[in-house]
Amino acid sequence: MSEQRATLRPTVAIVGGGPAGLTAATTLRRLGIESVLVLEREQQAGGIPRNSDHTGYGVRDLRTVLTGPAYAERLVRQARDWRVDIRTASTVTDWADDRSLMVTSPEGRLRVDAQAVVLATGARERPRSARMVPGDRPSGVLTTGQLQNLVHGRHERSGGQVGVRAVVVGAELVSWSAVLTLREAGCATAMMTTEHQRAESYAAFTIPGRSLLRVPVSRRTRVTRIVGRERVEAVEVTRLDTGQSMTVPCDTVVFTGDWIPDGELARLRGLDMDRGSRAPLVDTALRTSLDGVFAAGNLLHPVDTADVAALDGRHVAAQVLAYLAAPSWPVEGTRLVAGEGFAWIAPGVVRLGDPPPARSRLLLWPTAHRSVARVVVRQDDAVLARRVLPWAASPGRVFRVPWGLLDKVDPSGGDVTVSLA
Amino acid sequence: MTTAVQVDVAVIGGGVVGCAVARELAGREVSVALIESRGDVGDATSKANTAILHTGFDAVPGSLESSMVRRGYALLSDYAAEVGIPVERTGAVLVAWAADELAALPGLADKAVRNGYDSCEVVDAAAVYAMVPALGPGALGGLVVPDESIICPWTTTLAYATEAQQRGALLLLGRRVTGVAVGTEATTISTTAGEVRAAWIVNAAGLGGDMVDRMLGHDRFTVVPRRGELLVFDKLARALVDRIVLPVPSAKGKGVLVSPTIFGNVMLGPTSENLVDRSDTSTSAEGFAFLTSKGRTIMPALLDEEVTASYAGLRAATEHSDYVVEVDPAQRYVLLGGIRSTGLTASMALAERACDLMEAAGLSLHVRAGVPPPPRMPNIGEAFPRPYQRVDLIEHDPEYGTIVCFCERVSRGEIRDALRSPIPPCDADGLRRRTRALMGRCQGFFCGAEVEAMLREQT
Ligand SMILES: Cc1cc2nc3c(=O)[nH]c(=O)nc-3n(C[C@H](O)[C@H](O)[C@H](O)COP(=O)(O)OP(=O)(O)OC[C@H]3O[C@@H](n4cnc5c(N)ncnc54)[C@H](O)[C@@H]3O)c2cc1C
Ligand SMILES: Cc1cc2nc3c(=O)[nH]c(=O)nc-3n(C[C@H](O)[C@H](O)[C@H](O)COP(=O)(O)OP(=O)(O)OC[C@H]3O[C@@H](n4cnc5c(N)ncnc54)[C@H](O)[C@@H]3O)c2cc1C
Repeated sequence: MSEQRATLRPTVAIVGGGPAGLTAATTLRRLGIESVLVLEREQQAGGIPRNSDHTGYGVRDLRTVLTGPAYAERLVRQARDWRVDIRTASTVTDWADDRSLMVTSPEGRLRVDAQAVVLATGARERPRSARMVPGDRPSGVLTTGQLQNLVHGRHERSGGQVGVRAVVVGAELVSWSAVLTLREAGCATAMMTTEHQRAESYAAFTIPGRSLLRVPVSRRTRVTRIVGRERVEAVEVTRLDTGQSMTVPCDTVVFTGDWIPDGELARLRGLDMDRGSRAPLVDTALRTSLDGVFAAGNLLHPVDTADVAALDGRHVAAQVLAYLAAPSWPVEGTRLVAGEGFAWIAPGVVRLGDPPPARSRLLLWPTAHRSVARVVVRQDDAVLARRVLPWAASPGRVFRVPWGLLDKVDPSGGDVTVSLA
Repeated sequence: MTTAVQVDVAVIGGGVVGCAVARELAGREVSVALIESRGDVGDATSKANTAILHTGFDAVPGSLESSMVRRGYALLSDYAAEVGIPVERTGAVLVAWAADELAALPGLADKAVRNGYDSCEVVDAAAVYAMVPALGPGALGGLVVPDESIICPWTTTLAYATEAQQRGALLLLGRRVTGVAVGTEATTISTTAGEVRAAWIVNAAGLGGDMVDRMLGHDRFTVVPRRGELLVFDKLARALVDRIVLPVPSAKGKGVLVSPTIFGNVMLGPTSENLVDRSDTSTSAEGFAFLTSKGRTIMPALLDEEVTASYAGLRAATEHSDYVVEVDPAQRYVLLGGIRSTGLTASMALAERACDLMEAAGLSLHVRAGVPPPPRMPNIGEAFPRPYQRVDLIEHDPEYGTIVCFCERVSRGEIRDALRSPIPPCDADGLRRRTRALMGRCQGFFCGAEVEAMLREQT
């Protein structure tokens, strides 16, 4: 279905107008690229922060602390000041060719032929169905994303979706964000559940008032059933260690965290994917397996903070610039693999001569908690590095490993595994 | 309270069968009312099935079900083309995983012939893998059924109901039938919102069919709700399978299938379990575990994909192996009972059958002249051009280019149209059945709030 009304020919097309996409676009313009197009499917650009109405945004990229909406607005304004062509209500639905996108917007069906494409489509939370939680299918079952859209979006009234007593599934940063939003909507959180031994998030960066929320966190438990025909009446919560279950009355359930990249476009074009994160596989220059197609932001590391996504955008811009100057695309590379204690690692390919990754950090997703994080790097059965890092590893929060730990990697050797000892 | 309604024929039950009957009757020279307890048509078993348009190849030869499925397949195929119900003729392959199943294939091909279907073909394992490369190891052979098709169950019921209404049938939604009193001239039907008087009544109450039947003094069957749970996988799984993959039926039932859906997903199911509660459409941990273990054998790669949705439907099973279709001329009453697992396919044939039975019992049912042309239903099938892809539509109305539900690519224009349609949805689930909004992989993460807002503004 490649019928279209018009063809746009920007130098660079960026899919997704969140922190990563907008920052990439602004940086490209700063670096002198004339024609940069951002395609954003929502009515407004800004990405997830638009509806995340609490402070904690912009620390590393803008060196300030803003609320989500103020942060989103700032990034959009910057991009506009730099004359980035931001097209909202424009959904990229498909590819017409490599580096060529099909777009639906109220203006019609467009084709976008670019010299380079950056995918910055972000991530979403797995909803109840993807987590395969059985039971009835009543209303009142949400994700944080939907909750925040209901409460902070243009939708003043939540239409009864948000009740008065909630169970929040998860206890990571985003879960606390959900608790705050619930409270604002007049809904108390009766319980937070986590499958882990300790609540994942603690003092990473403060969400104001979190310590005042006093929500009981039920550790090593899982929500195993939803009860209620029309409206949620209760959830069944089961202890992982004993199999014992209890019924917790509530009228709202919020499934938080458990992120998955919005990788549909990457899959549709057959890009190599990382099995752990389900994100497109990229190298340290954020190149995907497809010539001229880059990726950045939470699409690659579901889910890190917005400033890190934005700095990805800055990083990818420099790489795109280099590619436009000398279009060539590497093929071979050494795979980085998430070992014991980690679900995924990003980027996933290293190569001699490639730049260090964004912020010179590797990003990993811990599956277990370690107050003292001992990281081991192995290649072909040899230990290349072993180091205790001065920060804890905690599920539900990206764990960062300095690039220097990979100094000894042999680019002609086999897979490199990074694990927690 | 509504005043009493008086019609020639009242149809009880607004599932796919009842709506087909109402549509057929409304094209004859009689007045018709459709009485449905829920707020929408097609909101019970007819919304939660595997949505296959069956050839009837594996029916019990000589049974009523066999002939109704065969006839229904032909009628609905034509009707679908006429009104725009999405259908894809994917074909099916029945896979034998064990020696006894392999040995059973020729017999199934013979049985198909006895069911009036002679296009089945037994093939070897290599041919099976050539058709479905993603199949797990261990397949020994297969039976190809080229005409098994997938269909949109929601559009089917809505098309029938819409046409019934356009032909003048009264749709009485949100009224449960609580009692029936047969008089000499007319039957009085008590509902939760007033009485309906009708000369004839048709019982198409699905899971409640036996209860309505008892209201008329009969005691000839009991419905046992047989739950079927299903898992729907992400659209990204669709590349794995382009036809229906069936198991060899055993004494325990039809077994678990893997099938593309008309919306571009892949479905795994159903389970089969007798329940007591006729309204219990919950899913269960056991059902999920059973399906994932089956799925791992049939198509391991499928289990690497995300689950988009899960649901359960209840088959109206009875102690009889066949449909329970009877006419009682004295009571001016037709029963369409026990329409278990093929009712979507058989719906139009059952409607025809009901009319034949009434005519034979003396009701004059001449085809009415000057009926309005059939409706044209909005396409929500993945294999046909959707509004978001249509340059012509968007040019003419930009609302079709404004995507609201990103996962399913549903435009504001389609949601608006559904809300203004002759039979508008009464809740988010009804809107989903008309547009696909909210049924995608994010389940409302992005668009849930927006869709709810549109729904509230318009209803
Ligand atoms: C509840 C919550 C609280 C958070 N709190 C904080 C916090 O306090 N501080 C912090 O730093 N971070 C926080 N985060 C994380 C932060 O929001 C993300 O890190 C950041 O939004 C990631 O930016 P991104 O550009 O990669 O993706 P996104 O912000 O998700 O942007 C992706 C954009 O791409 C668009 N898009 C996707 N597909 C298409 C397509 N096919 N066509 C067109 N457009 C498309 C989307 O509409 C979206 O606008 C929070 C997140 C959540 C959910
Ligand atoms: C898991 C599963 C898979 C299936 N797969 C297929 C398939 O692939 N192909 C196929 O052709 N068929 C399939 N079927 C079968 C098909 O779904 C059914 O045969 C069909 O939907 C039955 O339609 P119905 O109108 O008889 O019943 P229903 O859809 O249940 O409609 C009956 C209606 O009557 C109403 N009602 C009941 N009592 C009263 C009352 N007292 N007053 C007013 N209204 C009342 C109910 O509210 C309901 O809306 C499947 C079924 C299941 C459960």
